[in-house]
Amino acid sequence: MLTVRQTRLAWLLVTPTLLVVALVAGYPLAQVFYYSFHKADIAFVEPPVWIGFRNYIYLLTQDTEFREALWNTLKFTFFSVTLETILGLAIALVIHSNFKGRGLVRTAILIPWAIPTVVSAQMWKWMLNDIYGVINVMGVKLGLLANKIAFLANPATVLPSIIAVDVWKTTPFMALLLLAGLQLIPSDIYEAADIDGASKWQQFWSLTLPLLTPALVVALIFRTLDALRVFDVIFVMTGVNSATRSLAVYNRQQLIDFQDLGYGSTISVAILVIIFIFVFIYMRSVGRGVNE
Amino acid sequence: MNRAQAIPLRRSRASKGLTYWVGRVLFYALVVFIIVYSVFPFYWAVISSFKTSDALFSSNPSFLPLPFTLTHYQNVFSGAAFGRNLLNSLVVAGLATLLSLVLGVLAAYALGRLRFPPRNAVLYLVLAMTMFPQVSVLSGMFVLLRQLNIFNTYWGLIFSYLLFTLPFTVWVLTGYFRGLPRELEEAAYVDGATPMQTLLQVMLPLTGPGLVTTGLLAFIAAWNEYLFALTFTIGNQAKTVPVAIASFGGATPFEVPWGSIMAASVIVTVPLVILVLIFQQRIVAGLTAGAVKG
Repeated sequence: MLTVRQTRLAWLLVTPTLLVVALVAGYPLAQVFYYSFHKADIAFVEPPVWIGFRNYIYLLTQDTEFREALWNTLKFTFFSVTLETILGLAIALVIHSNFKGRGLVRTAILIPWAIPTVVSAQMWKWMLNDIYGVINVMGVKLGLLANKIAFLANPATVLPSIIAVDVWKTTPFMALLLLAGLQLIPSDIYEAADIDGASKWQQFWSLTLPLLTPALVVALIFRTLDALRVFDVIFVMTGVNSATRSLAVYNRQQLIDFQDLGYGSTISVAILVIIFIFVFIYMRSVGRGVNE
Repeated sequence: MNRAQAIPLRRSRASKGLTYWVGRVLFYALVVFIIVYSVFPFYWAVISSFKTSDALFSSNPSFLPLPFTLTHYQNVFSGAAFGRNLLNSLVVAGLATLLSLVLGVLAAYALGRLRFPPRNAVLYLVLAMTMFPQVSVLSGMFVLLRQLNIFNTYWGLIFSYLLFTLPFTVWVLTGYFRGLPRELEEAAYVDGATPMQTLLQVMLPLTGPGLVTTGLLAFIAAWNEYLFALTFTIGNQAKTVPVAIASFGGATPFEVPWGSIMAASVIVTVPLVILVLIFQQRIVAGLTAGAVKG
């Protein structure tokens, strides 16, 4: 009797959330798929016309700008996630070790996390300013830079600069996730390793890293999926500049600046497919790791 | 495992005195580096916001806010509609959070505590949605907001923000409910309470801390959101602060008002930093619970 009542109540409690999800995610997503097969403008000046797979064929065979945006996004994702993982792991290990002032370090790293991405992009844009930015002024003064560099105008430095800003902003999240993973490792295995005479370095490679792998994989998945949809930091720092334009930036440009509802929707579907591919690859490798 | 083995180990550490101290020094150098790296950009923004324009564009920048001025703060509030933008952000992020908490706590109780056959399917759906790329529904949401006649309004933004605040809230709160001891619930049932009474009178008070943390994280996510706010607002009617800060312009396109941008940035960020510092233990727990329990 109680279980029947419980099940009925559960449905009642979950239904509002399911309805909202259907409305804010399901319905818009269905529209995206629908318009991706149409020639349509976002103001509906003319009624949408069904054109079959023509948008998709164009995207796959002719759109060099899409390919460029995809390549930018992959470069951004690879470098920023790799750097964040290494830095985040270093910070997590530091906070995890026992020393005076570890609370201070943990508090300090929460600051980049708390700052809105738009603000962090503007702050760094100011620090990277070609003439008055503190990085250029101090860099030249201290002899680290031969000349002032126009970081955001020079094609060789613009993407690395944006990656550096993203790494600054998102490393704390990585560090906190990895710290939580480190805290799950029982400390007595290190005592045993100490007695066996294993060096700290050996302990890191043969104990810490293997035991941290589950937390590392979860953090990697989160950050990769996040980086693949990057918009804010790139759009605020360099707008729609083709040297840095990500898939999301290109998507919004087609949709809003060029008012192309049909083709913009096709790009949205493509982004979704790309993210699914990454999820699939990660899930496969995680599954294999568990089975071994 | 016996004492004889432990003693040489201790002796070897004493003999490694020098390497030990070098290690300590390097370690603390790393600690200092991490702190400076994390804090300096924000520190620089704060002091830039208090410097006169001459000092801002000096070739010999001061690391203190000297000469000190409040001009940029006055400019921020006198020039553009920044006050309005702040109010908009507060209303939009606040209501999106509130709605998500109300809906989320109900769903999370069902998912975390009640007999509910399709529970795992719903949980996977929720988890998938927390990783969903916002840009992928941009066009559909644009059209939907137009159809519902809430484009460029508070409700339009609040509605679209539920896309990410609601799944997040449900996911994290489900974890909290699962962690509560079963005995309490059973005691309530034995006393003849209905499941709904059990939720409202026994379980909900216990999830108080969880609600605060989850609400705070959802609020921060909504407060910081940029893509939807940029795309679904025109003019200052509903425009939120991230959009305002990203589009701050000077008198001419060549003149970027860095002092004002930094002042606006500080205004938007200081409340967040204070909240985060106050609730840091809980935020760390909430953030990692959302991820690690997956």
